[in-house]
Amino acid sequence: MKVLVPVKRVVDYNVKVRVKADQSDVDLANVKMSMNPFCEIAVEEAVRLKEKGTATEIIAVTIGSKTAQEQLRTAMALGADRSILIETDEAVDSLTAAKLFAKVVEEEQPQIVMMGKQSIDTDNNQTPQMLAGLTGMSQGMFASKIEVEGDKAKVTREIDGGLQTIEVKLPAVLSADLRLNEPRYAKLPNIMKAKKKPLDTKTPADYGVEVASKLKTLKVEPPAERSAGIKVGSVDELVDKLKNEAKVV
Amino acid sequence: MSILVVADHHDNELAPVTANVVAAAKAIGGDIQVLVAGENCQAAAEAASKLDGVSKVLVADNAVYGHQLAENVAALLAEIGKDFSHLLTAATGVGKNVFPRVAALLDVNQISEIIAVESADTFKRPIYAGNAIATVQSEDAVKVITVRGTSFDPVADTGSAEITALDQATDAGLSSFVGEELVASDRPELTAAGIVVSGGRGVGSAEGFDIIYKLADKLGGAVGASRAAVDAGYVPNDMQVGQTGKIVAPQLYIAAGISGAIQHLAGMKDSKVIVAINKDEEAPIFQVADYGLVADLFEAVPELEGKL
Repeated sequence: MKVLVPVKRVVDYNVKVRVKADQSDVDLANVKMSMNPFCEIAVEEAVRLKEKGTATEIIAVTIGSKTAQEQLRTAMALGADRSILIETDEAVDSLTAAKLFAKVVEEEQPQIVMMGKQSIDTDNNQTPQMLAGLTGMSQGMFASKIEVEGDKAKVTREIDGGLQTIEVKLPAVLSADLRLNEPRYAKLPNIMKAKKKPLDTKTPADYGVEVASKLKTLKVEPPAERSAGIKVGSVDELVDKLKNEAKVV
Repeated sequence: MSILVVADHHDNELAPVTANVVAAAKAIGGDIQVLVAGENCQAAAEAASKLDGVSKVLVADNAVYGHQLAENVAALLAEIGKDFSHLLTAATGVGKNVFPRVAALLDVNQISEIIAVESADTFKRPIYAGNAIATVQSEDAVKVITVRGTSFDPVADTGSAEITALDQATDAGLSSFVGEELVASDRPELTAAGIVVSGGRGVGSAEGFDIIYKLADKLGGAVGASRAAVDAGYVPNDMQVGQTGKIVAPQLYIAAGISGAIQHLAGMKDSKVIVAINKDEEAPIFQVADYGLVADLFEAVPELEGKL
């Protein structure tokens, strides 16, 4: 079976972002960009499905500017067989991204679309669910374990207060939570090999999808700073402050 | 304007966060109705009918909505939701799972995890793990929104709305429930607790958490943990407080042996009073703590428990 893995290029998770002075956005000039950590987990899961013999082909896809090729090469170094860049320099909202991925699903007919649960830039946690809705596929979100059996997948999901296991009919959209697996590092020979793997470039127009959003960002501000309080010298002093000053115990 | 709040509930019990979501709906303004979709959820519906400001409770009580499977609940919401100006729910497990699918079916965007209502179409939400706050405006006909509960004070339960049964029942036949493993606990739920005591890497082991539990029990609070403590295997992952875990805002948050990584701060910095206990006086947690105690937590935490 084919597995489609949409990935996203985002600011590296080690970078502390700063808001631009004009409050239009965060400042991403000259900061390190990487594959979204949850997408790395999704790629790893797809590779493991192929190693188990469940998946036969892994296709990575991303939407973004030309530089997003780097993340597709990373996905191919990790084990994806080929990839598609849907090239646009415009910001693409979750619904538009889901519409573009739905077109790729229509073309490629994967049995599993394996995605990260959310990207660490916009923190929306929407695109996998939206893609499932648009395509009418079943969904297994926030997965911490995936077992494919025939035309079904058993998905253990992280829910409030524990774990839930559901069975979904394939084709399905699955999203990876943090503990689904620990992604491997790409080995140098595989990085070299990935340079020769096929990378198709398309545009949103090729899929007949217009990149326009009804959701506008008016302003981006730094969060309210919390000021440091005082240091107390002993547990007794702490108890006194909590009882008599803060009055919370 | 008419707002549909989709109730969060489990085992026929209304999740307290629903009262916070109704508060967000009141901030938007307009007629507020609540939908309870599930199987055997009458008691949850009755609890929802008492929430102040709610005019009507709709109940879709049917086996197909059992365990709130996304495909079935989203189909129901897309059908009845199009007649409302806003659909709201808590940014909890169920809301995060179901609402984006509803948005897609309605061909609109979703506004995730709002922390403030500026107007009926403009909202604030955190991005980049809480390192920036975006103000966003939606031109969509139906605004599909998830709400960060801790950012809104819950409404009182002084209301008495009428309860109407819905008889729609669609089974998409795409998924089925297999099982559930919930962590049994007598302690309050982390996101709803008035007091939270959290341990970090400094606690050192699963056994080390005993003193954290004891202090929490003395205070009637919940126990949380940092990502580092979860990753080290000291505690289960549903105890993680942080951007990728639970967002809490209790009256009192006690952080023991937690350095204060950005990702942890994003999950607790809205607490009313923060206490930090850490050996390392340079730990970033002290920069957000109201009361900092530079001490060995294995001495300070039991002493604190004894003196409270």
